Amino acid sequence: MKPQKPLQPIDLGGGCACQRKGSGQDPKPDRPLTIREQRKLALAARREARAQIQAEALAPPSSLPGKLGLTTAALIIWANLYYHLPGMARYVTFRMFSLEPGSRLASSVEFFLYDTPKVLMLLALVVFGVGIVRSFFTPERTRRVLAGKSEFLGNVLAALLGTVTPFCSCSAVPLFIGFLGAGVPLGVTFSSLISAPMVNEIAVVLLYGLLGWKVAAIYMGTGLVVAMVAGFVIGKLNMERHVEDWVLEMRTTTADGGDEADVPELTWAGRLDAGAVAVRDIVGKVWPWVLAGIAVGAGIHGYVPEGFLAAIMGKDAWWSVPVAVLIGIPMYSNAAGIVPVVQALLEKGAALGTVLAFMMSVIALSLPEMVILRKVLKLRLIFVFVGVVGVGILLVGFLFNAIL
Amino acid sequence: MKIEVLGPGCPKCHETEKLVREALAEAGPDVRDNAEVVKVSDFQEMAKLGVFATPAVVMDGVVKCSGKVPAKKDVLAWLGK
Repeated sequence: MKPQKPLQPIDLGGGCACQRKGSGQDPKPDRPLTIREQRKLALAARREARAQIQAEALAPPSSLPGKLGLTTAALIIWANLYYHLPGMARYVTFRMFSLEPGSRLASSVEFFLYDTPKVLMLLALVVFGVGIVRSFFTPERTRRVLAGKSEFLGNVLAALLGTVTPFCSCSAVPLFIGFLGAGVPLGVTFSSLISAPMVNEIAVVLLYGLLGWKVAAIYMGTGLVVAMVAGFVIGKLNMERHVEDWVLEMRTTTADGGDEADVPELTWAGRLDAGAVAVRDIVGKVWPWVLAGIAVGAGIHGYVPEGFLAAIMGKDAWWSVPVAVLIGIPMYSNAAGIVPVVQALLEKGAALGTVLAFMMSVIALSLPEMVILRKVLKLRLIFVFVGVVGVGILLVGFLFNAIL
Repeated sequence: MKIEVLGPGCPKCHETEKLVREALAEAGPDVRDNAEVVKVSDFQEMAKLGVFATPAVVMDGVVKCSGKVPAKKDVLAWLGK
């Protein structure tokens, strides 16, 4: 139960005026109250009580059964809506707008009306699920899992755990220090640092919604491999001394994971809350990108000539892969911003490998992140990091241009 | 009470700091007047406190939450309200 704020006591006698302070009402006069004033106060108190009851009825339930019920209801509504989306898009396009079936405009409008809610609904569902899963994988726990692992297994685990560990780019440095401090090897730490921003649920859902499950699976798979291998290579290069000295000193003092923050375990009600908060946070931030991306996709559908980019970004232009990676490094965007661009490029005839390389480079290698990392890494290690990851992405690009 | 809000300066960290200050204002004068809010943005300092996911809230040296923006009612609970 939520702790309730006790109602303000109604002081009917003269008494202490300080009790009223800050409650937003006029300071009480020192003389005894007239009947009218007493009535006014009683009324106000009753109104306040009623407002509180209403607010509580409208607020989401705070008990676990209540939350579960709400979640189930939301899921049922979700499934029904999702199932009927194509029909609704058709209905709006042809009945409400009475567009001519088969026309260019009609197919663009139908595409937009179907895809926008579809992608947003998928995003909400997956973000909710990942939000709950994430509540199990705190950085503390990830660190504990990784601390005792051998190099290779550690890299694999780190890349996998990186996808579900809560992460934002400004958390990169504290995370880095925390991992190294607990005795996680440098290469393993890098694996998780690479996979966390690159392979995330937003990228995968958007790729799935806009480009199909094959592209989403390829992106996720190769992203994980790049994170594992790049981390492994960095580990083999023995770059430990290129970490700033104070970080290494930290390691000797906290090698046993000593002052680990003791953060209380979440309850199931808390986990459902975490999912809901994630949906509000992420979908709230990402929806304009999705809208813009799908609008662009719907628009260029018929209006830009097929194969417009084939000559410069097609399979035969091998040099376009390194160029795409190089252009992507200084660019910084999250997955939500880049997927619509990717869709537009593919639509105009760019090769999948080139486009994937571009996307990975934009997301995984960014200038702002390197500036922050400079606080814990010496310049040389930053260059090695960019170089190794860049080469990995390059190989992904070439591979897919060759086999697809 | 010393309340430390840890974060390098991303939007989430600012949100956390704002929330803690609001919670303090709500908690009433007895808590508010005995509390001091400090923003920690130095990585070395964070590592010393044992925090490696930001934003984080530390009260009198005890880590209350890390890696997410806390709910206001949680902050109030930590303040004993």
